[in-house]
Amino acid sequence: MEQERLEQVFERIKNGDVRLVSRLIRNLEDKVPEAKEVIKYIYPYTGNAKVVGITGAPGAGKSTITDFLISSFRAQDKTVGVLAVDPTSPFTGGALLGDRVRMQNHAGDSGVFIRSLATRGALGGLSAAVEDAIHVLDVMGKDIIIVETVGTGQSEVDIMNNAHTILVVLTPGMGDDVQTIKAGIMEIADIFVINKGDQPGARKLYMDLMRALDMMQDLPGGWKPPIVKLESIAKPAEYANQVDSLKEKIEEHFRFLKDQKMWELREMRKARVQLINAIESQVLSPILELLQKDGEFDNMVQKIAEKEISPHEFAEQIRGKYLKI
Amino acid sequence: MSDRKLRIMVAKPGLDGHDRGARILARYFRDCGYEVIYTGCHQTPEQIVEAAIQEDVDLIGLSCLSGAHKELFPKVVKLLREKGAEDIVVIGGGIIPKQDFQYLYDQGIKEVFTPGTPLEEIKEWIDKNVKVEDRIL
Repeated sequence: MEQERLEQVFERIKNGDVRLVSRLIRNLEDKVPEAKEVIKYIYPYTGNAKVVGITGAPGAGKSTITDFLISSFRAQDKTVGVLAVDPTSPFTGGALLGDRVRMQNHAGDSGVFIRSLATRGALGGLSAAVEDAIHVLDVMGKDIIIVETVGTGQSEVDIMNNAHTILVVLTPGMGDDVQTIKAGIMEIADIFVINKGDQPGARKLYMDLMRALDMMQDLPGGWKPPIVKLESIAKPAEYANQVDSLKEKIEEHFRFLKDQKMWELREMRKARVQLINAIESQVLSPILELLQKDGEFDNMVQKIAEKEISPHEFAEQIRGKYLKI
Repeated sequence: MSDRKLRIMVAKPGLDGHDRGARILARYFRDCGYEVIYTGCHQTPEQIVEAAIQEDVDLIGLSCLSGAHKELFPKVVKLLREKGAEDIVVIGGGIIPKQDFQYLYDQGIKEVFTPGTPLEEIKEWIDKNVKVEDRIL
């Protein structure tokens, strides 16, 4: 793409051209090469948005909380971008993206942009395009970007490399107190949210979490993840108030990151992963494509399945052929 | 190497809670390998059009069983035109009398499918008539 057109695209993103932005995100998902060029061009202008990640089990209430958080941030005149991820079928490649069902209250508000993405094979709870889509919404001028992961289990922690503040949403009735001290998703929370807190077991969950947090030895920068309880949208006004206090905790965490110089650490963590991902797509993907094009890949698969040659041996051969190390 | 995937929005405009058909289609489209955005019941045409643009869909499938299709379907097409998104194809379905078809076609609804239509027929129509337009950024 020539310089002049890149400049035009950049200007249109900055001016909030929704059609352009949504197509650009589409092109990133579809791996259209010129989309990456746009990202290369706009990258130096990113870094203004604050990114909130929301993760938790399917049906825990992530989309509903996102919906109320949008309203809460909008009440302060902050603009909001949302990236909501749902799973791609491993069988058909299709997807049913249904997070918008819970986010209906913002139509006509140009300060809100919501986009659903399918995982397309990514296993860490996000889609490969999320990283770049965040950059696009950032340049679009969104103050807050909320990234909602797929419904997660225990180990989909990719969100930690894409957000400044991470909410882990829990609901009562999901298991005993040992669940709260397991590794993985329970470790990445900056804020715990107990949703459906009017349901039986909410108090026990709260106590289990408290005890688990008390066991935490070293808290980076001294931040002890607070627990925010939300009850039921059957009482929307009360729920909105509770989400307002959640929003205050989020802002407190932003301030903490900045004050403790932790913001830079998170950016470094993110940069490291972005570089690894970029190397993967620039180095690994072309090699895979080459192998697949001339059928060599399928031949290798055949030989591995027949136990003739191990995958490691093939990988060594490929390294010898394509990489001079 | 790019990997295009059709994006389809299934939406229910107006005061109509009968979403069985819409859900069957959403699920069927998923199984066809499309990416389906499902937004639920009770949508205004404004909500549908805004979501369709933000989601960059290629096709909107509207479902209406309340009898208000002559009002609501054309409104969606009109709003898309106003927003410069007339390239998004709109089709409709539901309890729609035959004599209304022509009116809907005239208003820009590209096809109408009524109960009893085999799902494969809808897929064939989509594959023939809906392409991912390579819009220049």
